[in-house]
Amino acid sequence: MNIVVCAKQIPDPAEPGALDPQTKTLKRDGKLILDESDMYGVEMALQLAEAAGGGEVTLVSMAPDNKVDGLRSGLAMGAAKAVLVSDPALAGTDALGTAKVLAAAIGKVDGAQLVLTATESSDGYTGTVPEQIAAILGMPSITFAKSIEVRDGTVYVKRQTDAGYDEVECPLPCVVSVTAGVVEPRYPSFKGIMAAKSKPLDQLTLADTGVDAGSVGWGGGGQEIVGIEDAPAREAGEIFEDDGSGVDKIVAYLENLKIV
Amino acid sequence: MSASQPNQFGTGDPHDFLDLDGLLNDEELLGRDTVRRFVTDRIVPDVGTWFEQGTFPVEMATDLGAMGLLGMHLEGYGCSGASAVAYGLACTELEAGDSGARSFVSVQGSLAMFPIWAFGSEEQKQQWLPAMAAGEVIGCFGLTEPDSGSDPGSMRTTARRDGDDWVINGAKMWITNGSVANIAIVWARDAADETGRTIHGFIVPTDTPGFAAHDIPRKMSLRASVTSELVLTDVRLPDAARLPGVSTMRGPLSCLNEARFGILFGAMGAARACYEAALDYAGSRTQFGTPIAAFQLTQRKLVEMMVRVNRGMLLALHLGRLKDAGQLSSAQVSFGKLDNVREALWVAREARGVLGANGITLEYPVIRHMNNLESVFTYEGTNEIHTLVLGQAITGINAFNAPGT
Ligand SMILES: Cc1cc2nc3c(=O)[nH]c(=O)nc-3n(C[C@H](O)[C@H](O)[C@H](O)COP(=O)(O)OP(=O)(O)OC[C@H]3O[C@@H](n4cnc5c(N)ncnc54)[C@H](O)[C@@H]3O)c2cc1C
Ligand SMILES: Cc1cc2nc3c(=O)[nH]c(=O)nc-3n(C[C@H](O)[C@H](O)[C@H](O)COP(=O)(O)OP(=O)(O)OC[C@H]3O[C@@H](n4cnc5c(N)ncnc54)[C@H](O)[C@@H]3O)c2cc1C
Repeated sequence: MNIVVCAKQIPDPAEPGALDPQTKTLKRDGKLILDESDMYGVEMALQLAEAAGGGEVTLVSMAPDNKVDGLRSGLAMGAAKAVLVSDPALAGTDALGTAKVLAAAIGKVDGAQLVLTATESSDGYTGTVPEQIAAILGMPSITFAKSIEVRDGTVYVKRQTDAGYDEVECPLPCVVSVTAGVVEPRYPSFKGIMAAKSKPLDQLTLADTGVDAGSVGWGGGGQEIVGIEDAPAREAGEIFEDDGSGVDKIVAYLENLKIV
Repeated sequence: MSASQPNQFGTGDPHDFLDLDGLLNDEELLGRDTVRRFVTDRIVPDVGTWFEQGTFPVEMATDLGAMGLLGMHLEGYGCSGASAVAYGLACTELEAGDSGARSFVSVQGSLAMFPIWAFGSEEQKQQWLPAMAAGEVIGCFGLTEPDSGSDPGSMRTTARRDGDDWVINGAKMWITNGSVANIAIVWARDAADETGRTIHGFIVPTDTPGFAAHDIPRKMSLRASVTSELVLTDVRLPDAARLPGVSTMRGPLSCLNEARFGILFGAMGAARACYEAALDYAGSRTQFGTPIAAFQLTQRKLVEMMVRVNRGMLLALHLGRLKDAGQLSSAQVSFGKLDNVREALWVAREARGVLGANGITLEYPVIRHMNNLESVFTYEGTNEIHTLVLGQAITGINAFNAPGT
């Protein structure tokens, strides 16, 4: 069974991020690493391929400046190959545009039956790309998977809910978004790291994907960022001396917020 | 106030001032960052407790093995076959966690696996190396004895031929992983050679009758690492347990040379962790109305630490490149062990002071590293011994024996 994992490469969250005042978006000119959220998908895909006794795991990513460091981490973990779409014309692409590009890239992977994504990325976290990919590819989508099993062309998912989990099944091919923290991503081994540099990594331009240039980039989005502002500083809380009326004051405060 | 004046002399990255990352390729960076992540996730949170309790979680061996950290610079037999620089950088990251973790990896890879890999028979290699690389079999290295430390050639442990077998008697002291090991590489003099120059290495399964290991209690250093005494009483082994490839002190000394290479990188990891703890603390601790980092006296300490950490890493990388080119001499390894460990100890002590009272608790990593480095200073050739090695290398005169002896 061949599995595609969407692997977003993001600025290292440990480094202080910065917004570009001109484009009003996150600066992505430094080193990009594999989004931790996607490590769970990579791990799950590797486990599924191992359980199925074969099949390839392919990483698909869209990132600026032909950045591949994050993909190399995923290849070092054990993925077989990677596809990167990078093109100056993609700068400013919004979530829908990203989904179009990723869907086109996924379409180029031979025999891809299962597409895994994270439920949301760590830097953009709109949480909309997975369902958009599914819609574009005409595949069913299951979200918030905490475990995935595949048997006889059907995928069985435990779907995380507030109360517990739903058991959902659907036929392959499909798109499943994986909840963070549900598996322990393996650390790449040194053998894996050394092997990663000779694994196939296809680099595609926008033209290669066949996606209409007018539907991506700064002009292609159906949205415009009109301004960015610092989050307002939080006001100091109110301090009451407890003179015996503390409970009443707390209840009154919560009633005022319509919480009780 | 001077603090508000523009920074007229430029800025620098406090965590990589000389841009040493620029000397590493993508693969080296990925390996380094992977080990750093493992150490941050799996060692740093608990190592204070291990240190306090005087234990090392031996279960971790299989995780270290899965990453390919055991025997990582050896080729074949399930080993990673990584470069010397990659191995060194892994040691730096492990020791930034704790010298005990790095010692575990050094002993397994450089002291226990290396002699089998370099001097073992094909059967011995096949039997032991893959399981050791996976962390399923743990090894230790028995060279030092109660009365034989810096002068290992004076060892008393003997191996006596008895029919087709060997019978080993003696005691080994200060043996890392001794009581948790499945096999011990034991060096012993051949009883038949009266000159004492014939030294054999044996692979001794630790469940062989006559073999006993006792932990050395009450250590104040390298506490997150097991150190034991080995006692061998009429330990009988077939000749197939002897490493056939070497029969002189060159055997154990070449293992030490491998391990010292890891140490000269590793010590800088401990130093870096101390410097970073001090830098962080100095920026947030306020006395006399300012962060203590604003005092010239503190800045001097921080700068001295930063300079030594960068210089030591630069030295380590240089020696690593020489090793990968097959050009590193053992005297050059002595240079690295001598200088990087003493500088690391200097940095740790200075950092200890910057943290004030907090510097003496296990809530911060500094005193743990400082105490650990006392062991690192002593093992694998003391500072004095490496000084004598270098002295002989540049003068041509051997000064190991006191005049008149
Ligand atoms: C040059 C450039 C400029 C950009 N400018 C903008 C901009 O102006 N405005 C804007 O909104 N965004 C911009 N982006 C970000 C890009 O459009 C985001 O990937 C997209 O908005 C997805 O949003 P998200 O991260 O919130 O996705 P989510 O829906 O939160 O992501 C869910 C999951 O989908 C997958 N996924 C999402 N994005 C990618 C990806 N790129 N590659 C692989 N897998 C992925 C991952 O598995 C991810 O965890 C830019 C990107 C590039 C390369
Ligand atoms: C935590 C720990 C773990 C260890 N693990 C191992 C292990 O796994 N396997 C193993 O075999 N050994 C191990 N050792 C032993 C270590 O290698 C020895 O302690 C070291 O070689 C020094 O020997 P010694 O302690 O007998 O000191 P000595 O050799 O007695 O030295 C005492 C002092 O005299 C100085 N001195 C000695 N000779 C000279 C000279 N010619 N000129 C000037 N000064 C001199 C030394 O530098 C030192 O300062 C370990 C030690 C420690 C502390």
